[in-house]
Amino acid sequence: MAIWVDDDTRLVVQGITGKEGAFHALGCRDYGTAVVAGVTPGKGGQEVEGIPVFDSVAEAREATGCNASMIFVPPPFAADAVMEAADAGVELVVCITEGIPVHDMLQVKAFLRDRPTRLVGPNCPGVISPGMAKVGIMPGHIHQRGGVGVVSRSGTLTYEAVWQLSNVGLGQSTCVGIGGDPVNGTDFIDVLSAFKDDPQTEAVVLIGEIGGTAEEEAAAWVAESFDRPVVGFIAGRTAPPGRRMGHAGAIVAGGKGTAAEKMAALAAAGILVVESPAAMGETVKRALAR
Amino acid sequence: MKIHEYQAKEILRRYGVPTPRGRVTDAAAEAGRICEELGGRCVVKAQIHAGGRGKGGGVKLAGSPQEAEERARQILGMRLVTPQTGPEGQQVRRVLVEEALEIAAELYLGITLDRALGEPVIMASRAGGMEIEEVAARDPGAIVRQPFDPHLGLLPFQARAVVRRLELAGKTGRQAEKLLSALARAYLGMDASLVEINPLLITAQGEALALDAKMSFDDNALFRHPDVEEMRDLAEENPLEVEASEHHLNYIKLDGNIACMVNGAGLAMATMDIIKLHGGEPANFLDVGGSASQEAVQSAFRILISDEAVQAVLINIFGGIARTDRIARGVVAAIEELGTVEVPVVVRLEGTNVEEGRRILRQASFRFVVADDMADAARRVVAAAGGEEA
Repeated sequence: MAIWVDDDTRLVVQGITGKEGAFHALGCRDYGTAVVAGVTPGKGGQEVEGIPVFDSVAEAREATGCNASMIFVPPPFAADAVMEAADAGVELVVCITEGIPVHDMLQVKAFLRDRPTRLVGPNCPGVISPGMAKVGIMPGHIHQRGGVGVVSRSGTLTYEAVWQLSNVGLGQSTCVGIGGDPVNGTDFIDVLSAFKDDPQTEAVVLIGEIGGTAEEEAAAWVAESFDRPVVGFIAGRTAPPGRRMGHAGAIVAGGKGTAAEKMAALAAAGILVVESPAAMGETVKRALAR
Repeated sequence: MKIHEYQAKEILRRYGVPTPRGRVTDAAAEAGRICEELGGRCVVKAQIHAGGRGKGGGVKLAGSPQEAEERARQILGMRLVTPQTGPEGQQVRRVLVEEALEIAAELYLGITLDRALGEPVIMASRAGGMEIEEVAARDPGAIVRQPFDPHLGLLPFQARAVVRRLELAGKTGRQAEKLLSALARAYLGMDASLVEINPLLITAQGEALALDAKMSFDDNALFRHPDVEEMRDLAEENPLEVEASEHHLNYIKLDGNIACMVNGAGLAMATMDIIKLHGGEPANFLDVGGSASQEAVQSAFRILISDEAVQAVLINIFGGIARTDRIARGVVAAIEELGTVEVPVVVRLEGTNVEEGRRILRQASFRFVVADDMADAARRVVAAAGGEEA
């Protein structure tokens, strides 16, 4: 069954005429996703490898019935692109763009508050339900269909986790990259509660990192409401305080948001915390064997 | 991005935040003249980005223009060591000379982002001069918190609530309200990530003004604020980090001896962590970007090995969309073009076409240590750097 993206996903790619947008639109289509439209203002009427391009998301939705969007629009215009997709009624918006100003994201959050659209990201690799659909920039072929849900603030570290899972013979239900920015659309709890309602998901890998308190909140939620095995890893134990570690949201500020605090919170919630990032796959395997 | 106190005060004055009279200079004689203009009594303040300047001897009171000049001469050029600079300190290039004011009370005011709420929040306390983290640890109840809507701005009743809880009344209270509103406008208008006034001074006459000021900005929003970008002071940043930023690489210098080069920020942090877990110390954080192009690898490598503390290098690349054989060719070409690399280089490649990628590394004229997985790579690089694990 998986979550959020599946055989019914009809994808529009905003920013499809750019280099990245075109490349990954085709990558998703090659994986088997129905990529039904692209949007670039001013380029309506063109085509990208047979995918029709529209001037606006509203026109694309009217013409194609697209129900999910993937955004590659440059940072100064990306917030507007998210809000345009939400206004057109697109159910799922996955924003890949990195570098959106925080204050723009605050505006987006307010805009989405009373709308049914789910935003994943920004600054994320996207969402994939192996064997069904891929809406993102992750390498599809390292995934296998199966029962492990993956949720993460990181990109390549998620691929690492998926690779380890596939190597120990564990497939994935859905993998969601929620992104590395301090303000994002979907948090750990949103993903975990969707996994809870998904019969395909038997266990979850949760990958966090320093900064903020999203992992602590997720831990409290798991302790209260989730009874399938969860394996957790937190990146950034060796990060110096006060420095942003690549991701805009990865910063220990005022002694808060440390890896040690997060790992303690996860462990206290009964989550299997791995010390080594090389041990994620085998730990899930052991947890499921019990 | 961070800026100096005198720059933050310039910006805040534009928004209507009162500050002491004064000017910045890089010449001691000029400091004396400024002091004279200010009436003969002044404070000479070292301008470096790090906090805790007073504790390191970077803030001095002067009772005459001659004394101001002397103080400025002592401070300019000194390597100021504060709890935030590290033991090597930071060289002082400018001083801010300001009027000396009579202090009746010192408070703390700050605005930052509450990530969980997704809203800016005012933090305030009666304990001015202390770090807010220290107050939070000692007496969390002493901190007044007031979130506000980023689109409506700080509303007048919210400003009044903060001021009331800070126990300010009358003329001082009204001034503090105006100052708070101005501060909130500056935070929103400038895409700031932090605005901090510590201390907020209440003078003997009951005036409220920003005795110190600190601002930092959202790097992602600098395209909207070219005036702020011009305030960047490269002398305050680590030279290797400056060079890395010119190549669009994310590099942070650390204290260890094992350099690492990784694609992706999360995997880069995880790589530092696994080095430490195996008994080593990472020399840096470095994200070469998801695709790890040959140009990026080459510039990254040059920066890594110019750190003299480095005794071994770990390259950890997960080739996803970018195939590992192509990445391997890039790594080999980068190192062969650099010529002499005298430290051992451990490479862990994983992902698409990995067999071919590893074969390319093994056949290169440079002797890479090719690792099987992340744990193996960490063990090997720690051993190569002379650590405990073999």
